[in-house]
Order: sequence, then structure tokens, then C-alpha cells
Amino acid sequence: MASHLPPGSSAQSHQLETAGTVSDTHYAGPKGLMRWLLTTNHKEIGTLYLLFSLSMFFIGGLFAMVVRAELFQPGLQLIQPEFFNQMTTMHGLIMVFGAVMPAFVGLANWMIPLQIGAPDMALPRLNNFSFWLLPVAFTMLLATLFMPGGAPNFGWTFYAPLSTTYAPPSTTFFIFSLHMAGISSILGAINIIATILNLRTPGMRMMDMPLFVWTWLITAFLLIAVMPVLAGVITMMLLDIHFGTSFFNAAGGGDPVLFQHLFWFFGHPEVYIMILPAFGIVSVILPTFARKPLFGYASMVYATAAIAILSFLVWAHHMFVVGLPLAAELFFMYSTMLISVPTGVKVFNWITTLFRGSLTFEPPMLFALAFVVLFTIGGFSGLMLAISPADFQYHDTYFVVAHFHYVLVPGAVFAIMAAVYYWLPKWTGHYPHLRLSQWHFWLSVIGVNLTFFPMHFAGLAGMPRRIPDYALQFADFNMVTSIGGFLFGLSQLLFVLVVVLCIRGGNKAPAKAWEGAEDLEWTVASPAPLHTFETPPDFTPHRH
Amino acid sequence: MSSQFLDDRRRAVNRTVARTLVVLAAMCLFSVALVPLYDVFCEVTGLNGKTSSQAQSLSAESADQSRLVTMQFITRASKGLPWSLSAETRQLRLHPGQSAEVHFTFRNLGDRAYVARAVPSVSPSEASLHLRKLACFCFENQRLAAGERFEAPLVFQLTRDLPEDVKTVTLVYTLYEQRVSLSRSRASQQPGGET
Ligand SMILES: [Cu+2]
Repeated sequence: MASHLPPGSSAQSHQLETAGTVSDTHYAGPKGLMRWLLTTNHKEIGTLYLLFSLSMFFIGGLFAMVVRAELFQPGLQLIQPEFFNQMTTMHGLIMVFGAVMPAFVGLANWMIPLQIGAPDMALPRLNNFSFWLLPVAFTMLLATLFMPGGAPNFGWTFYAPLSTTYAPPSTTFFIFSLHMAGISSILGAINIIATILNLRTPGMRMMDMPLFVWTWLITAFLLIAVMPVLAGVITMMLLDIHFGTSFFNAAGGGDPVLFQHLFWFFGHPEVYIMILPAFGIVSVILPTFARKPLFGYASMVYATAAIAILSFLVWAHHMFVVGLPLAAELFFMYSTMLISVPTGVKVFNWITTLFRGSLTFEPPMLFALAFVVLFTIGGFSGLMLAISPADFQYHDTYFVVAHFHYVLVPGAVFAIMAAVYYWLPKWTGHYPHLRLSQWHFWLSVIGVNLTFFPMHFAGLAGMPRRIPDYALQFADFNMVTSIGGFLFGLSQLLFVLVVVLCIRGGNKAPAKAWEGAEDLEWTVASPAPLHTFETPPDFTPHRH
Repeated sequence: MSSQFLDDRRRAVNRTVARTLVVLAAMCLFSVALVPLYDVFCEVTGLNGKTSSQAQSLSAESADQSRLVTMQFITRASKGLPWSLSAETRQLRLHPGQSAEVHFTFRNLGDRAYVARAVPSVSPSEASLHLRKLACFCFENQRLAAGERFEAPLVFQLTRDLPEDVKTVTLVYTLYEQRVSLSRSRASQQPGGET
């Protein structure tokens, strides 16, 4: 592969501005800030996405710390209930739309062209635009904290009429920022679909693609399908607030339950948008460190597609208590449980991939293994919530909070971290510091479980979610959860340290940074030069 | 790498983008269409517990003496409207097919005039298709001066085809203040569709 690289580029990293001047001989664009503002390079845009996501992760995390500090003891100590509601809402919105989704888009930008042997994304300039929409959107969303009436306070699900009739004036800005983030996601999805379908190196068939590429292709279709529904529902909110319509206003003949149907028609596929790329990452990392091909490649692809299709038929499992007819309760209960079949296929394939492999436990592998175990716990509590009669008890309790944090934090977030550890050598040319990475992993695993496991018990005992104060019997659970939360939060500073150290130096990584890694990105130099695969690489399908 | 190869790729990309945009446009239309679809679906199935917004005729059928259904009334005012609404009886038992009359009293406890409407909702929602209202104050807005009081009847019938497993029907009236902007609401545009 090295013969395709521009001369003199192999020793450079476009990221290493701190370490010296950028001297890629092919690079003749603007310098400094304008370079990042105008870049159309998939690697630079990927880096921007990832850095943006990391900063949002810390802002959203800060809000979570405020929430956990207030919940450390029963009673109101630190903040007012109104502000508490703003914190829970902003935490959810920032983490979902600002941290997790952009992180996956960033990984897609960096890695999809490298994994399919493409020189760049199919639509590089659109790519730049979709990224720069995000800082604008989230600056606007964060600005609502300083507006009269405060930030959105109605929960990340923004149920009407809480988010319309009873909402703070800043809701209009919230709607616009969500519109912008949605447009960004849609444009990103179009770009990813166009790239995967058309820019694969000659000889690479669809069923030869790495699973990260496959899961992203399916995720991109989900985005195209449901982002318009989100845009529609927030537009209706806007009309209800400012133009006197009554889509969700019972006083004018509307129906608040319609909001919930529309929101969750978007919302359930959205949770798969946040987890399918994670499945892809884990399906790439496990075979690498088990030094075995992925077990059941084709069934992984079909299972992903099945999950995506089923995700459109289960939305009302979030609404079991709104007064659905019995037939609907049953339908949504069984259809939700049906999703555990393809998900079970995936977990089975991962475990079978590990079976009799020659395993080593480098940091990416640690996070991927933790993902398999802890995500499955989240899956099981999801199955419990799917049982409609049981959900009447669990609904809106901390059990739900425990469930979705298990699938999102040691699920999606751990997968993102696994991906970062896995591909850092490719991005920076250095291995991440081993000891520090291990500390980061173990502190994160302990922190995550300490935070979210007691929430199950608090929820089963009846503690409602989204409250700033609680009955005395929940005090111990909450104190453990808060301590775990602070531990998890602090240990993420270690993650930043590892990344910064890795950018600045460390053990040099060869092109093929991991012994068992087989995909195309490991054929280009580490760090990956700014331009790669300008000539499509030769591809021989490896055994699946 | 030939320019032929690059041209082919560019054309393929454009084709994919065009197709994706078609799907995107279709999903946008679909998300707008979900609102009327939901309304029609609810009207047919009674899913959202809404009742007809116009007076219906008595369906001539004999009372089903074999079972008794409990009819409950819940009334409440929404936030910011100083009205009260009370039913002369909180609950009554009747045979399906039978009709009954219950009087409701509106009171304006505020110090100025308000226009408001009592918006009904039926639970379980399956029962809403079998609740026929022969006369109801909920078909129109009420205007009450400060301190004024107003009494109005609800005449209704639960039809005989009410599902067997429904033993109790709850009818909730929520008072909502009606502002001038109501003329632009969906409710007044499709008087048949909503209450
Ligand atoms: Cu769901």
C-alpha cells in the first residue's frame, strides 16, 4: 500500500499541530482556524466531530454531576427544583444529540472511507456543512440556560403540553437547535449512504464490508427515515406555541397522546441509531483480539437489518400506561420481545467469536468485552420493561433510568471508547499509554456499575425519576449512585489525559497496529496520511 | 486511475443522493400525514377516548337487563381557570341500552368573565364508540360572568353492543379556557372530527 502514499507524508500527522508545523506536501489550503473551518477532508472532519462530541460529553456530564450532587442526600441542598429539571433535561439532550450521535458520525467519517478503500466521503463539502451546523445548534441550546425562564425543563422526551403550554420561553430556541442537529444528522446520513454504496474499492462486495460499515449503512437509513418525524413533531410544537394550532392541546381539540406516538415513532428507532454502530464496533474489535474471524458474519448483517425493521413496530412500549387498548398492549409487548431474538443472535455470535480464540486484553478489547456483558444486562432489564403489566409498576421509576443508562453508557459510550482506543494508533501513530488506559477502563467499569446498578433497586422499590428530592428509604441507594457517578465522571478526565498523551507521543505504532486486525485501514501507514487510497487499493476478501 | 472511473463514481453518487432525497421527501410527507391518519384511526377505533362533538339520536333498543354498568363522572378545571364544574351525582349504574340524564353545574369563581369549554374524555377508550350523547354542554363554549352559575344537562346512552368486559365507564370533563385564537385551531376547522 505504501506505494500509493504521497511522498514524505508517512511521518506526519495532520493532527500534530502542537508538535510542529503541518508540512503535508500536498496540502495547500488555508492555515490555522480557517483550515478547520473550511476543511473537506474526511479525517479532519472526523476529528472535529470527535472533539466536539468529547466536549459535549463533558458538558452533559457536568450536568449529570449537578443532578447526582443534589440527589446525594434526601432533601433540597444545592439547587432549586426548577433548575434540577433543567439539568436533567439538558443532560439528556446533550448526551443523546451532542455526544453519542456525533461521536458515531465522527468515527464513520474517519473510518468508513479507510475501511472500504475510498479516498474520501462521497460529498466532502456537504460533510463540512453538516459538522459546522452542530456547534451552532448546541451553542444555541446551551444559551437557553441564561435566558429568562431558564433552559428547557420538560425532560429529554419533551412531552407536550409540558413542552408547549407550560414550557419556558426558551423552548423556541430548543426547537431551532434540534432542527439544526436533525438537518446535520440527515446530511451526514445521506453522505454515508452515498459513500458506502458507491465508493467501495473494486472487488469489495457488500457482504465483504467490515461490520462497522454495515451497521452504519443501516443506521443511516434509520436516520433518513425517522429524523423527518422528529422535525415534524417539533415543528408542530412550534406551531402550537406561536401560531395557535392545537396539535397537542386538548383545549383546542388536539391530543397530547398524539405527541407521544409521534415522538416515540422517532424515539425508538433513535435508540437503535445510538446502538447499531456500537454493535459494528464490537463486531470489528472482538475478532481482532480473539485472532479469529467473526462468527456468523452474514447472520450479524441480517440481525442488524431485522432490528432496524422491527424498531418501527414497537414504539408504544414507552406508552403502556397512557390507556392503550388491550390488543395494542399485547401487540407492542410481543413485538418488543421479538427484538431480543436478533439481539440474542448478536450476543451469541460475539461469544462464539471469543470461544477458543487466542484472546489478549488490550484496552479496546477490555471495553468491547465490558460492552458485551453490561449491554446484555441493559437488554435484560429492557425485556423486563417490555412486559406490559410489569411496566405499569416500573414506568417512570429509576428502573427505567437504570435500563437506558446501561444500554447507553456501558453500551454506546463504552463502544465509542473501545473504538477510540482501537483506532488511536491509526489516528496519531502512537499507542495509547497502556497503564493509564487500564486504569481508565477499570475505574470506568467500577464507576458505571456503582452508579447504575443500585438504580434498579431504587426503581423497583418505587423511586420515581426526574425528582430533586426523595423519600428517606431511597437514601442509601442514592448515595452509592452519586459516589459511583462522581467516580465515573472523574475517571473520564483520565481518558482525556490518555488521548492528549497519545497525540503528543508514545510508543510508535506500525501500519498494522494490532496483530489480528484484518481490515483495509491497517494497510495504510500510522498515522494515516491526510490523503489515502487516492488509487483504489487491491482487495482480497478474507474469510468470514 | 482513469477519469472514466471517476466519472462513473460521480454519476453513481449523484444517483444514490437523488434516491435518498426521494426517500427523505417521502418520510417528510409521511410524518405530516401521520396527524390526519391518527385522527381518522381514532375516530374509527375510539382509541383516544374522544366522543362525538355533535348530538346523536337515541338508538332505539331495549335495555340489556342482564348486566349493569357503572358510569362515573370526573370533573376538573385546568390550570389558570377559576371555574368549577360539578355533577349532581358522581356515579350511577345503568343497563346498556338505557338512557340517563345527569345535571352539571358550572360556576365562575373568578372576578371577570371567561369563555370556557368542558372537553370530554372516556376511559376505557373502547367505550367511547358506545357512548351516545343526546344532549351535552360540551358541544359548545360557555361564557360566564364573574360569579355566575349555570346548570346544564347531559343526556346519554350506553349502547347494548358495549363490550362485555367493560364494567365501568369513566367520563372526564376538563374545563379549558377558550381564547379568540380558537378560530384557527384544528378543532373548528373539522367540527366533525373532534370535540
Ligand atoms: Cu423503545
